[in-house]
Amino acid sequence: MTIATTDRTSGPASQPSPPRTVDAAERRSGAFRTARAHRRYWWIVGGLLALALVTSFGLVWWGNPMPIEHPGFWRIARRRAITVVVLLIVAVCQSLATVAFQTVTSNRIITPSIMGFESLYRAVQTTMVYLFGVAGVVALNNLQSFVLQVALMVGLACALYGWLLTGRYANLQVMLLVGIIIGTGLGSVASFMQRMLTPSEFDVLTARMFGSVGNADVAYFPVAIPLMVVAGGVLCFLARTLNAVALGREAATNLGVPHRRTLITVLVAAATLIAVSTALVGPMTFLGFLVATLSYQFADTHDHRYLLPMSVLIGFAVLTTAYFVMHHVFYAYGVVSILIELVGGTLFLIVILKKGRL
Amino acid sequence: MISLSHVTKRYSSTVGIGPFDLQLPKGGVTALIGPNGAGKSTMLTMIGRLLDMDSGSIEVAGYDIASTKSRDLAKILSILRQENHFITRLTVRQLVGFGRFPYSQGRLTVDDERIISRYIDFLDLGELESRYLDQLSGGQRQRAYVAMVLCQDTEYVLLDEPLNNLDIAHSVAMMRHLRRAAEEFDRTIIVVLHDINFAATYADYICALKNGVLARFGTPGEIMRDDVLTEIFETDITVIETPGRPLVAVYF
Repeated sequence: MTIATTDRTSGPASQPSPPRTVDAAERRSGAFRTARAHRRYWWIVGGLLALALVTSFGLVWWGNPMPIEHPGFWRIARRRAITVVVLLIVAVCQSLATVAFQTVTSNRIITPSIMGFESLYRAVQTTMVYLFGVAGVVALNNLQSFVLQVALMVGLACALYGWLLTGRYANLQVMLLVGIIIGTGLGSVASFMQRMLTPSEFDVLTARMFGSVGNADVAYFPVAIPLMVVAGGVLCFLARTLNAVALGREAATNLGVPHRRTLITVLVAAATLIAVSTALVGPMTFLGFLVATLSYQFADTHDHRYLLPMSVLIGFAVLTTAYFVMHHVFYAYGVVSILIELVGGTLFLIVILKKGRL
Repeated sequence: MISLSHVTKRYSSTVGIGPFDLQLPKGGVTALIGPNGAGKSTMLTMIGRLLDMDSGSIEVAGYDIASTKSRDLAKILSILRQENHFITRLTVRQLVGFGRFPYSQGRLTVDDERIISRYIDFLDLGELESRYLDQLSGGQRQRAYVAMVLCQDTEYVLLDEPLNNLDIAHSVAMMRHLRRAAEEFDRTIIVVLHDINFAATYADYICALKNGVLARFGTPGEIMRDDVLTEIFETDITVIETPGRPLVAVYF
C-alpha cells in the first residue's frame, strides 16, 4: 500500500541542469530585458530632455516683441516663464497620477480624470456662471476658490474610495463604475445648465472648459506646488512597491505588500494631483492617458523607478512642444488641448499599430 | 505545522465552508482534494491570508495569520493562485526576482541574484530567463510562477491547482519538481489537486474536503480505498493495484 519514494524523483525532469557558462551570481535581474533596452531608455530620456529644453527656451525667448535691453523684454519673458512652470506642474501631476493609478487599478485604459474630476470641475464652473453670471467666473479666479475646488475634488474621491474600498464587499471595479456614473451624471447636469445660459455667458464658460494655461494664476502656486511635491513625492517613494502591486492584489499580498493601504495611499495621492492640475488649468482628459501609454512604449520596462520619470518627461515635452507650435507656428493662443489630442492621438495610434500591444 | 481552529467562511446563510478544525503536518507534500465547491481553494486562500475568514483562527508555524504582519508572513508562507494576469510585461527572471521582495523590498543583492538563479535552474528555466512571460507556453509560464513562490524561500508553499491547463507530461514534470522541492529544500508544500491519482502518487498526506467540511485526512494508503473515495466524490470509484505502479483510482 505504500509508495516507493524513489519512483517519485526519477525521470528526466529531475536530472541536474547542465552547467552554465555564466556563474549563477553573475546573472543579473535588472529593470530592462537587455543592456540595449537600457541604453535606449537613456537615449530617449536625453532626446526628450533636449526637446523639452529647446521648446521651453523657445517659449520664453522666441518672438519677444521688445529689444533685449528694454526692461519690457524681461517682463514679457517672466510672464512666459510662468507659463512654462504651469506646464511643468501639469505634466508632473497628470503623468505621475495616471501611471500610478493605472498600476494600482490593473487597467491601462482608464485614467483618474474619468473618476468624476473633470465633470465636477465642469459642474462647478457651470453652476457659478448659471447662478451668478459672468461675475461668477470672475469670482472663481482667486486663491480661496482654487483651494475650495481642489478640496471638493479630493473630498469626492476620498469619499468614494473610503466608501467602496473599505466595506465588506470592497471592489475596485464597482468603485470605478460608480466613479464613472457620478462623472457622467455631473456632466449631464452641467450640460443641462449650459443650455439655459445666454450666448455671451456660454462663450465665457466655453473658454474655461478647455484646458488652458491662461486659466492659471501665479497666486495659486503657493498651494499648488507644495501639494504637487508632497503627493508626487509619495508616489515616487512608493515606486518599488508599485512594481509589486502591478502583479495584482493576490500576488502582491503574497509578497507581503499591504495591498489595501498602498491602494488607498496611491488613489488619494493621484486624486490630489489630478485635482491640482484640473483646478489650475481645466480639464486635460486625454493628456494623462496619452503620456502613460507613450511611457510604457518608450520605457519598455515594468519598473516604476524608470516609468515615473519617463512619464513626467514625456508629459512636459508634449506640453511645451504643443504650446510652442501653437504660439509660434499657428499663432493660436489659448486652447492647446486640441493640438495635444490631435497630434497625441495620431502618435498614439502609430505606436500602438506598430507595436501591436498596449 | 498549519493549524486551523473553528475556521468558517460564510458567503450567504446557506453557502459557506467550515467550521474547520485541522492540523496540516510540517514537511512533505499535502494534497487537498474534493469535489467542486468543497472549499479547497477557499481554505487555501484563507491560510494564505488572501481571503478574510469570518471566524476562527489560523496559525502557520506558530504565527497567527491575522495578527502577524503581512511582510513577516511573506517569509514564512507563500501562495500561488491559479489565475495570474499581470498588466506589466515581465521577463521570467524579473518575475522570479519578485520572490525576493519580502527580503529586499525591490533592492536585489548579490545573494538574492544567486537564489533567483538557483530556482530558475531548478525549474529548468535557464534558457528562458530573459524571455517575456507572454512568449512562453502555458506549461513554461506555470513553472515560472512556481519558481517565483519557491524563490520566496518560505517554509510553507501553498499552490492552488498548479496542474490546471497542463498536459500529462507537464503535469508529471510539475509534480516531480514539487516533490523534489519538498525534499531538497525541506519545504512543506500544500497543493490543491483535482486528479486523485496525482495526489496518491506524489503526496505524503491527502486531505479530503466535502461540502465545506473536512471529510478525511490520512496517507495516500488510507484514502485510496474504494469506499472512502466513492463516498467523498459520490461516484463509483475502484482502486486497483498495477504492477510497478502506485495505486490507481478508476472512475470512468
